[in-house]
Amino acid sequence: MSNKLTVSVAPHIHTTNSVERCMWNVVIAMIPALIVSIYVFGLSALWVVLISVGASLLTEWAIDKFMFKRTPSITNGSALITGMLLAFNLPNILPWWMVVIGAVIAIGVGKMSFGGLGCNIWNPALVGRVFLLLSFPAAMTTWDSAVKSGVDATTSASIDASSGATMLATLKSHGHQLDSSQIDWWSLGIGDMNGCLGEVGSIAILIGLAYLLITRVITWHIPVAVIGATALSAWAFGCNPLLEILSGGLLLGAVFMATDYVTSPMSKKGQLIYGAMIGLITMIIRCYGSYPEGVSFAILLMNGFTPLINKYFKPRRFGEGGKR
Amino acid sequence: MSKTFKIGGIHPNDFKLTADKPIVWLDQPDKVQMMLYQQIGAPSICIVKVGDKLKKGQLIAEDGSFVSACQHAPISGTVTKIEKIRNTQGWYGEAVTIEADPDRGNDFMEASHPRTQEEVDALSVKEIIDIVDNRGVVGLGGATFPTRVKLLPPEGSKPEVIIVNAVECEPYLTCDDVLMRTYPNEIVKGIEVVMKVVNVKRAIIGIEDNKPEAIKIMRKAVEGRDDIKVVTLKKKYPQGGEKQLIAAVLGKEVKSGALPVSTGAVVNNVATIYTIFEAVYNDRPLIERVVTVTGPSLTNPGNFLATIGTPIRTLIEAAGGLPEDTGKVIAGGPMMGKAIVNIDAPTTKGMSGILVLPEAESHRKKEQVCIRCANCVNVCPMGLEPFLLSILAKKHNWEDCEKELVMNCIECGSCSYICPSHRPLLDYIKLGKQFVGGIIRNRNTKK
Repeated sequence: MSNKLTVSVAPHIHTTNSVERCMWNVVIAMIPALIVSIYVFGLSALWVVLISVGASLLTEWAIDKFMFKRTPSITNGSALITGMLLAFNLPNILPWWMVVIGAVIAIGVGKMSFGGLGCNIWNPALVGRVFLLLSFPAAMTTWDSAVKSGVDATTSASIDASSGATMLATLKSHGHQLDSSQIDWWSLGIGDMNGCLGEVGSIAILIGLAYLLITRVITWHIPVAVIGATALSAWAFGCNPLLEILSGGLLLGAVFMATDYVTSPMSKKGQLIYGAMIGLITMIIRCYGSYPEGVSFAILLMNGFTPLINKYFKPRRFGEGGKR
Repeated sequence: MSKTFKIGGIHPNDFKLTADKPIVWLDQPDKVQMMLYQQIGAPSICIVKVGDKLKKGQLIAEDGSFVSACQHAPISGTVTKIEKIRNTQGWYGEAVTIEADPDRGNDFMEASHPRTQEEVDALSVKEIIDIVDNRGVVGLGGATFPTRVKLLPPEGSKPEVIIVNAVECEPYLTCDDVLMRTYPNEIVKGIEVVMKVVNVKRAIIGIEDNKPEAIKIMRKAVEGRDDIKVVTLKKKYPQGGEKQLIAAVLGKEVKSGALPVSTGAVVNNVATIYTIFEAVYNDRPLIERVVTVTGPSLTNPGNFLATIGTPIRTLIEAAGGLPEDTGKVIAGGPMMGKAIVNIDAPTTKGMSGILVLPEAESHRKKEQVCIRCANCVNVCPMGLEPFLLSILAKKHNWEDCEKELVMNCIECGSCSYICPSHRPLLDYIKLGKQFVGGIIRNRNTKK
């Protein structure tokens, strides 16, 4: 008997947590936003999600199988998340083949070219989205004319409240100065307005955030830093902070994109700095750049700084003072 | 609001299967094997030879150096062998085998005599330290650091408070818990002795809040006293780590590379305190201790008062026998304990528990890639970056390992425990510590 005992280094017990569980919890957290997008945009939203997820899974499987010649790892759910997140960042009327191109670039270039899960520097879904935005700028900013823009047409005839524009585009054309009485806050909250699939339902995204925090998939540091810095810089730039947070992809980015494990810093200090910089850069692009939206660029920029942040912002070491 | 330490920590399941079990006295074995190397520091030097007739409690080995300890005969009998045997880890080590003589009975040697309170009060500090030394007392929390050394704080240090480590943060183990519930007054007397030796006026007993019964009993034992206090600590692993315990109780952090006494605290395990009581009041050497024998498949898990040197197999048999589905046997708790290769090896002074895990819980899951989730960084109680240290150690980059403070690691295992990718983080960090430790020693001897 004694020669059959297993011997290994401590610890001998382990949490029930696993990579798969983390990934599936993120998928569950995205479901409220998915439901809102189907409610607002109809079945076309579901199609975009299915095409994007299908293309992502297929790309990862094919690259694992034929190029890396290893057992495909698509069951760990990470390609599924990338596919869903990419779809969340696209308009519902984007031609299906553009969605496929986006997914192939996201997985193929954004993730697998670095070696797959855990090795990529930039958030794969955002790599796919930005590739599409730069390649097909017109298609990526054409919105479903059947959906409202979120600006209340009845209270103000002076602004272009026609359907087929996003809140951010409307804001941009008015120099980020809208009277809050012109805003349809209710639509803004539940997501009954135009935009990319996953970014419209602010309340749904916050439900997802609550789920991620409760299941301890993420900590509060990055989302709070992003949202806080956005609000602060919006105030400094003379914009309406609440409007800036609820419009565009800010919440989607803060909760699901900036918190991506692989591309965000490791220490809490680093995470706060990373999040705050994302908020600041977003507002600079929104107010002074030529694009109405800046979250994707801000996150990708800060993804690039993550290794540097990891090097210079270490966790607080035990025994080196700190707060006491 | 209970106190706890601030940086990192994990919350594994308790699994205190034996929390309500009393101490069970085991029959003395017919044969014991005393390992000569069962404390940190140098091995003890054997002073008996084959054929010697020994009385229980008689000295069989002396201190090997300043950091070392004495060993005593755990039973009356004859020395039959002095040879290298395989210890629990499978390594060979010198051991004295003593077989009981049926006619010699089981009394303590005649020289042993209990002391009254007056006699103890009359002892000088030096006399007490000599007693602790001569009775082979070592730290019973697991590290087996010779207690005499701890009672002699280095020149220039100013101890202010004794902290009694009754945290028992390891899952499964309950030996300290049951000791406090059974011998509260003896423990308090032991604390008084230590306070006198170290010359401090204050002592704090730190107990985690998952032992309400022990907290109640110890509170009652120190009722009305200003000098000894019981502090309830919020359950969090590794609170029983010396540095974490000081941080939790005093709110002070031991600086990197400094001795714990630099914060004014001298920490001793509660079982060690009880052994000091036994040595000083009853003149008994450390030849028996409470061992928690536990595991999900054992039919009769419990807290056993076992003679040191008893084969581990005998203890498992007392707990219902080795279950069919056994896959792993661990000396100590599941977080820091060592997997046992050879269950016929004898128990040692530092063995606080024997954990028998079924086959299904004995294997690690398949290692996956690091997804950089930062869980290991969040739980590290020393504020280190285990993901980074493990990669550096894997690449044999000892220079950066040292810069990233690998030597601060207390090997608590929280990082490996929490990793969703089941990466062997601590395995590599231990490797790094070994190499970097060697490099630092070499550098210091060259100077």
